[in-house]
Amino acid sequence: MKTAFIDFTRGLWEQIPPFRLVLGLCPTLAVTSSVTGGVGMGIATTFVLVCSNVLISLLRPVIHPKVRIAVYIVIIATFVVFVEMAMQAWAYPVYQLLGIFIPLIVVNCIIFGRAEAFASKNNVLRSFADGLGMGLGFTLSLAVIGLFRELLGSGAIAGKAVFGPSFLPCTLMAKAPGAFITIGCFLAIMNGIDLRKRGIK
Amino acid sequence: MTNEQQPTKEPTNESPMAADGVKIETFQLTASPHLRQPESVSHIMMWVVIALLPSLAAGVVFFGPQALLLTVVSVLAAIVTEWAIVKFLKKSAAIGDFSAVVTGVLVAFNVSSTLPWWMAAIGSAFAIGVAKMTFGGLGANFINPALAGRAFLMAAYPSAMTRFSPTTFGSLSGIDGISSATPLAQFKAAMADGSFQALDFQDALSNLFLGNVGGCLGETSALALLAGGILLLYKRIIPLRIPLVYIGTVFLLSWIFNGTGAHFTSSAIIIPFYHILAGGLFLGAFFMATDMVTSPITPAGKIVFAAGCGVLTFLIRKFGGYPEGVSYSILLMNLFVPLIERSTRPKMYGKVKNRD
Repeated sequence: MKTAFIDFTRGLWEQIPPFRLVLGLCPTLAVTSSVTGGVGMGIATTFVLVCSNVLISLLRPVIHPKVRIAVYIVIIATFVVFVEMAMQAWAYPVYQLLGIFIPLIVVNCIIFGRAEAFASKNNVLRSFADGLGMGLGFTLSLAVIGLFRELLGSGAIAGKAVFGPSFLPCTLMAKAPGAFITIGCFLAIMNGIDLRKRGIK
Repeated sequence: MTNEQQPTKEPTNESPMAADGVKIETFQLTASPHLRQPESVSHIMMWVVIALLPSLAAGVVFFGPQALLLTVVSVLAAIVTEWAIVKFLKKSAAIGDFSAVVTGVLVAFNVSSTLPWWMAAIGSAFAIGVAKMTFGGLGANFINPALAGRAFLMAAYPSAMTRFSPTTFGSLSGIDGISSATPLAQFKAAMADGSFQALDFQDALSNLFLGNVGGCLGETSALALLAGGILLLYKRIIPLRIPLVYIGTVFLLSWIFNGTGAHFTSSAIIIPFYHILAGGLFLGAFFMATDMVTSPITPAGKIVFAAGCGVLTFLIRKFGGYPEGVSYSILLMNLFVPLIERSTRPKMYGKVKNRD
């Protein structure tokens, strides 16, 4: 139980995606122009991550190593279709916002990376904790990036304008270069904090 | 790996002198270069600032005190950003080397005089903070910081960046005073609908040369830029071949592909002059393509770089969506500099080609 908790917290700072792993950058760049998009993508990814981690961990003994990649893809794709249909039914505006990037969760390297590096080697409880931690970390990162970009790029938070009408939005921040610049700045700050920590040690 | 394979002693490279028993410590050993010039970075940058002053004066004359305000704000933003980053990261980099001042002035020169001052400050802060200091500060940036700042502003605030005001003397020269389009925008529109014969080139050229046209704050006066450029050439701070080849390439291309169908009619000969005097070509060729950090160091590489800038500028002006292409062409060629340098490395003195 304790190891599972450590696995869970690892995804929240120590190996928080996408900053620490630098995986899953494609959805991070594409959908974080608003908080809503970031959180929606984060939750969808978390669901797929947790389910695929648990299932792959359960099927560990029967998956032949030579065909494991194909098996992982089938499992991940199954859950992605779940998510896609569920969002279409119950969260249609978010579904429209995220568009093609929901089916593309299949090829999100975080999910694949955790399946290959963690779930295929550890028991169900730990895999579940790892998937949940990574998923929440990803959601958190995307929400923060989305908040920052939406605030600067359209002067709003979750679609509600926060500055007065005189605010001139910096449209670049809502476009792809803004995503790169934001992610780069966050990466630099996180590395800086880490270096300071280690320096004190 | 076993321990035996590792040398038990450091490999010796003692000179014969040392073998004869002379103490090697008595000799002062320094790495080349042994001939040094008294020039320092701050010295060079100070001269660049001086060379930019005539254009600043021209900007103030043609666009009013707003031009001076923008330049001051932009320079202050650049200095404050660099100071803050140096302080925050505890870097040893010197702040007083004037390079931030040059970047600040160039950012201001690359924006319209009607731009709100805080936008110029943001552009300057971006130029220093993201394009320069992120990559290690002066000498380590791979693109020209001022142009990166301009590109950032163009992408972030496109409408404010392309709103140009006519010059303060504009009302005296008739139509030019009312129109707020830049000469290149006018030219592009005229070429598109075939009415360019109606453009009064002769009259336009003298205004272009003096700078009495709409455009970015520091780019309009070819005369003032030329004065600064000649000063830098005289001080050997910039190499002649970059501005010469750059402007020459644009001139040649706009003469060959002038769009009139002839090459020796009066308008066919005036069009290339119009091309090199209009827009930011002189500013780019003398002050930004020659940036020591982001241009090739090999002599042949400088020519390739400048010619590439010229071709790209012409292509963007002729076929691109923007009326002006100087800034993007220099930025694009900045990215090719490592490649250009690698392929134009000069032959070592006395080296013979391998004959096997």
